[in-house]
Amino acid sequence: MMAFEGVDFYRLDGQLSEEERAVRDTVRTWVDEHLIPVIGECYIEGRFPKELVPGLAELGVFGANLPEEYGCAGLNSVAYGLIMQELERGDSGIRSFASVQGALVMYPIYAFGSEEQKRHWLPRLAAGRDIGCFGLTEPDYGSNPAGMITTARETRDGWVLNGTKMWITNGSQATVSIIWAKTGALDDPKSIRGFIVPTSTPGYAAKDQKGKLSLRASDTSEIHLEDARLPKDAILPASGGIKSPLSCLTQARYGIAWGAIGAAMACYDEAVRYSRDRVTFGRPIGGTQIQQVRLADMLTEITKAQCLALQLGRLKDDGAATPQQVSLAKRNNVNMACECAREARRLLGANGILAEYHSMRHLANLESVYTYEGTHDMHSLILGEEITGMSAF
Amino acid sequence: MKIAVCIKRIPDTESRFAVAADGKSVDSAGLKFDISDFDGYALELALRLNEPQGPGEVIVVSVGPEGTQEILRKALSMGADRAVHLTAEALPFDGMAIAGALATELQGQGHDLILFGRNATDTGNATVGPMTAARLGLPCVTAVSWLEIGGGQGTAHRELEGVTETVRFPLPAVLTIDEGIARPRLPSLKGIMAAKKKPLDSRPAALGSVQLTVEALTLPPERTGGRIVGEGADAVPELIRLLRTEAKVL
Repeated sequence: MMAFEGVDFYRLDGQLSEEERAVRDTVRTWVDEHLIPVIGECYIEGRFPKELVPGLAELGVFGANLPEEYGCAGLNSVAYGLIMQELERGDSGIRSFASVQGALVMYPIYAFGSEEQKRHWLPRLAAGRDIGCFGLTEPDYGSNPAGMITTARETRDGWVLNGTKMWITNGSQATVSIIWAKTGALDDPKSIRGFIVPTSTPGYAAKDQKGKLSLRASDTSEIHLEDARLPKDAILPASGGIKSPLSCLTQARYGIAWGAIGAAMACYDEAVRYSRDRVTFGRPIGGTQIQQVRLADMLTEITKAQCLALQLGRLKDDGAATPQQVSLAKRNNVNMACECAREARRLLGANGILAEYHSMRHLANLESVYTYEGTHDMHSLILGEEITGMSAF
Repeated sequence: MKIAVCIKRIPDTESRFAVAADGKSVDSAGLKFDISDFDGYALELALRLNEPQGPGEVIVVSVGPEGTQEILRKALSMGADRAVHLTAEALPFDGMAIAGALATELQGQGHDLILFGRNATDTGNATVGPMTAARLGLPCVTAVSWLEIGGGQGTAHRELEGVTETVRFPLPAVLTIDEGIARPRLPSLKGIMAAKKKPLDSRPAALGSVQLTVEALTLPPERTGGRIVGEGADAVPELIRLLRTEAKVL
């Protein structure tokens, strides 16, 4: 099979630096060689391919945009986005793993941690020696995380955490968890602080969430904290208020805006190849108008999403990207990828439902991506507030 | 060890090729370029030879036009220590000219090994390595599939038809490397960033006089449809006759 070549109708490659292209190509090759051959089986088995973590760490994927002094690659935001794109071209679950490890575990330690915490945790997480998860969402607080009821009570010698977190990617396999909890009254979201919680802490328990029809090659778990006692220095000292976890989500959503392009390109690529090979009524289906409309729509939407992501990345590297701009890109690109996956699945006819092909797996995955990291609807409301100055949530 | 690896920039062999307007070169529009396959094995071998043995240096050298620096930087991102770009407007077909330029660069630099790929994956001449060895007056072993270095000498295997040949040689030496000896690594992301800071020197290639030139590139004739010579077992003798006399494959 021909190697995946990406989609570049508007010659955006020329807008990338040589390093950015090299980063993209190296992750692309890794995905072709290591992830694509196993992902279908992992998906059916409902298994995260943990054996691939050392390889990803060796490449330097985790927290790749964080500085070299902490064992990271020190890449810019565009190169980081391209990594997410290539990983999600393989599978959203694998990209989710990398997003969580980098943007939701390493980033908060980098942004809100003490120098000692950074020096201890970041190199270990970059090397994949520790696996992290991010505990923000709760059973009754998804889109409204400020309402959380997990608490952290300060004691004479440390902290005691109580509460339940849900939909936690990497939850069961993590060795360290970033837990967000209220240190003050439950109606005081300003008292939300982040804690570094080793998952071996007594009172900490994780349970795999069974029965998923999406992100099957990813670990999604519930976390229970029952009088989990932590030392004083477990708190992320510079964290404070709901803005802290939300700023982590902005990092992760930025990566998702790129990742969705990867999934869409995988589906488009599969649809194009299939349309050339599949003969019906004596000719390839690619020669029929209905499939050409599908392919033209996919190419158009992918190209628009690429322009969006690249400009957002440039803004981010200039320190000028706003959370609302990230919302727009996440909202548009994930929705676009959902549409591409659905149309590709349909173009593939009956074969489209097989795990041997990729489109339906992407389609099922993207339904989660549509809902997590700020649902599509919440991003609409964030933009609505940005436009009108009136919050509808 | 101080090891030089001579690498060539070639179009990605999975590309669709077209003959350029001049009728004697490949149209480079839209082509992606990479390190020639066998040269990648040579580079990986050099990196592995130095890794366990501590101090050493891997220098990558390439002759070619401006885009050549991209593959040199890729080699640096894989772990080479420094790179030398011998600039030429275009890479001549004449292996002797390229060998001359490389020998001028490599002469007297104290390399323990100078490695090449067995042949370039595009032109497939397999001449530059041995010619460079001749210009430098060094022993040369071609198509090396296994290698051991120790005590100022080396032992190499060459895979021949049905037999493995073991060759002993003194250092310094020139080796051309066969595939499979060491699968080239992917550049790590840190490696890609580090490559920007590694030295990449650039100087004109001393190509001398170029004696060979490509006159024309001609695509093979379009394949015509097959021919049915008969049906069932009766057709076999005629099929064999045609395969022998016409297709000449038997």
